[in-house]
Amino acid sequence: MSKQVPTEKKDIIGRALRRPDAGAEELQRRPRYSESLVRAVLLLAGTLSIVVTVGIIVVLGTESLRFFTPPSWIDSFFKAAEPVYPRDTTLVLSGSATPLRAGDHIQLHSEQMLVTAYDASDGALITVERGYNGTAIVEHAAGAEVFKNVPVTLGEFLTGAIWQPHIGRYGVLPLVSATLMVATIAMIVCVPLGLAAAIYLSEYASPRVRAAFKPVLELLAGVPTVVFGYFALVFVTPVLRSILGADVVQIYNTASAGIVVGILIIPTIASVSEDALQAVPISLREASYGLGATRLETTFRVVLPAALSGIVAAFILGVSRAVGETMVVAIAAGAGPKLTLNPFEGAETMTGHILRISSGDVSYDSIDYNSIFAIGLLLFIITLVLNMVSRAITRRFREVYE
Amino acid sequence: MPDSAAQGRSLLPDDQTFAASLTRRNRRARIWTLFFRLSLAVAMAALLLLLVNIINDVFGEVAISNIHTEEEVCGGPCSERDSSELATVLGRYEPRRLRVIVRDQLSVVDPAVFTQMAASQALRPDTTFPAGSEMLTINEMTNEQVVALLGANVPQSVMVEYVLADVVGYAILRSWPLFTTLFHYETIESEFRQLVAERNPPNPRLEFRSWLSWHFVTNPQSSYPATAGVRTAILGTIWIMSLTMLIAVPLGIAAAIYLEEYASGRSRLEQLIVTNIRNLAGVPSVIYGLLGLAVFVRALEYFTSGAFIGLTDSNGRTIISASCTLALLILPVIIIASQEAIRAVPQSLRDASYGLGATKWQTTRRVVLPAALPGIMTGIILSLSRAIGESAPLIVVGAASVIWVDPTGIFSKFTVLPIQIFQWTMRPQNEFRHLAAAAIIVLLSMLVVMNSVAIYLRQRLRVRF
Repeated sequence: MSKQVPTEKKDIIGRALRRPDAGAEELQRRPRYSESLVRAVLLLAGTLSIVVTVGIIVVLGTESLRFFTPPSWIDSFFKAAEPVYPRDTTLVLSGSATPLRAGDHIQLHSEQMLVTAYDASDGALITVERGYNGTAIVEHAAGAEVFKNVPVTLGEFLTGAIWQPHIGRYGVLPLVSATLMVATIAMIVCVPLGLAAAIYLSEYASPRVRAAFKPVLELLAGVPTVVFGYFALVFVTPVLRSILGADVVQIYNTASAGIVVGILIIPTIASVSEDALQAVPISLREASYGLGATRLETTFRVVLPAALSGIVAAFILGVSRAVGETMVVAIAAGAGPKLTLNPFEGAETMTGHILRISSGDVSYDSIDYNSIFAIGLLLFIITLVLNMVSRAITRRFREVYE
Repeated sequence: MPDSAAQGRSLLPDDQTFAASLTRRNRRARIWTLFFRLSLAVAMAALLLLLVNIINDVFGEVAISNIHTEEEVCGGPCSERDSSELATVLGRYEPRRLRVIVRDQLSVVDPAVFTQMAASQALRPDTTFPAGSEMLTINEMTNEQVVALLGANVPQSVMVEYVLADVVGYAILRSWPLFTTLFHYETIESEFRQLVAERNPPNPRLEFRSWLSWHFVTNPQSSYPATAGVRTAILGTIWIMSLTMLIAVPLGIAAAIYLEEYASGRSRLEQLIVTNIRNLAGVPSVIYGLLGLAVFVRALEYFTSGAFIGLTDSNGRTIISASCTLALLILPVIIIASQEAIRAVPQSLRDASYGLGATKWQTTRRVVLPAALPGIMTGIILSLSRAIGESAPLIVVGAASVIWVDPTGIFSKFTVLPIQIFQWTMRPQNEFRHLAAAAIIVLLSMLVVMNSVAIYLRQRLRVRF
């Protein structure tokens, strides 16, 4: 190897080229550490999405677990009517509240007790096991407040019809039913409209009309949801009230929220269904025309059945968006969980409840704080399942044409 | 061939039946086509109605009055009173404003430490102090001392402005939308007369008001609709958006490069990532809010509150927490858009680069990325316009409901435009609804600008292969 460095040759953008007398050893494959490093960094960025998913599941899971195993004492709205001495096993309570049940844990000051029997006929007389959970048996003055611990069971959470954490009722059904009602109304609005718009754009419209209308649909999709919430409250609700009567339609109601969520989803349904319709090969249509079918008959009997999987996927995607929609329902559907099937009454949805609770100054590890994570977990599972089903349908049942 | 012709005729309906059924089929086709067109029209109409409603609320007649008359406050025109008389007036009607005026007019130190320093240090050196107040902090002084301080140091012309704005002031008594103003003015007049008769406010008058104005954009949040503005919210939005992009864009592009250029597509991990990104894109935004609340606001509070650099005045509900949450939210959108842009770069370009001896990373950085840049930029702007309209996750993460001071850094409390709109919409009074509509116009304008930039970039930078 000559020690003398030859004059450097430059490439067209001015970088030094390999020396012309480079030996063969220089061309051998070398470990490229920087390349491996770059690859590792990129992979790390890619795996971040998995970390996010795991994070969501862990966070929702652990906080929900705390919800289902709470050491949370809530006011039972009972007080001891007489002084309670250490040897007493019957307590006379005063106050008007939901009766205690056998098996309830109660707490007076620091002492825990297990309720073994409740006699509703004779005032509020309960029989208890004193010093429960190893707590010290002490004397309590008359007027001592009785707290009770209401363990939330998964069964009660999923099937209970009242959601009022402050009195220990944690049935999520009112929130779920309101969510489903909003979603149903939304689908009634958006499926016919979105599908018809998709059919028109895909099968009927000239390229010029398509080019004009697609951006408008995208525009509709780009409007922030809070603006739609404003629209629901300021326009749709008053219109409903003037048509159906102000005594029928409450100011906050699920109907108006549902209608507006429906409008909001039209672009989603329209664009996904249109993609499905466009994927049907032109030869199928031409075969149908060749048999003398009209454009409508071709659309209904040939194109729609062929694109059905895509349309079903669009529908499910729409449901998932309606279930997860937050701002419109928070603004227009009303606050306060309520189990009702009347769309003209206010009812709080799952997302609306999460938003309302968290917008207040909620303290960590309170029953409210934990409860929104339990609701969030349920919401996450519902939307995840819907999305996965939607994609599975697209994949599995897609007709593949050559 | 007469035979086959006869056979053909027997299979097909005769001309008359065919004609009749054709008419029926065509009629059905026309009706359905009408329905298809109508559905599209309904979607358009919804958009139009939305805009009309907003415009209807942004302009309109308002009934305004002063809060106090000058006669009542100053016993005549206030401009004829001197500084100390005006300071006394302020002290009598708006004692809470006194210290704010001292801060705005006389302070020479940072607002954050102003209340903790002795007056002699915090105020301008040429300040004349009322007896015994030099060494007190502003909050330790009595109202009388602050009044004397103002009267002795602030010029009369400035004090007049404060008295006129804060004491005489003006209040909006009632507001009407544009539609009523244009077509039912007589209703407004009769309601106005009734209002004046009932409440007898000082100096009442009707005025046409555009709720959207330069003042609206530059004023901070306020509980008085007449002077409320969106500056705080706009600044919050700008801070959060910038930080979100700073976090999400590099991560998103890196992930997309890995998936498109490096991944073989066969390994379990890669398939998991791809499926996972698609699933994440469908998770409701409010769930990301819960994630942010538990992780960034609570678990990482030491970092997100700025406690690790010695800040003590905030909790984890800061701009940085909100930005991290939003970044996670739009990450899937950026990844998917960038993937598509990278996929659109033809293989021949890569092959040419490899042929010249470039390594994979050199090829990616010098050939693939520049070619995919327009697509990536468009994707980024579109994801940004999604993020800018998001409010649910930020409310869950803990946007401040009432915030008077502008955000000053990543550890500030925050509010953003959509949240401001949400809060104003939820207020029962009409006036706040007008404010919400005006804020919507501001938000939509920002969106339109961003989307126009995206479209421009798409057209301008497009490379055809």
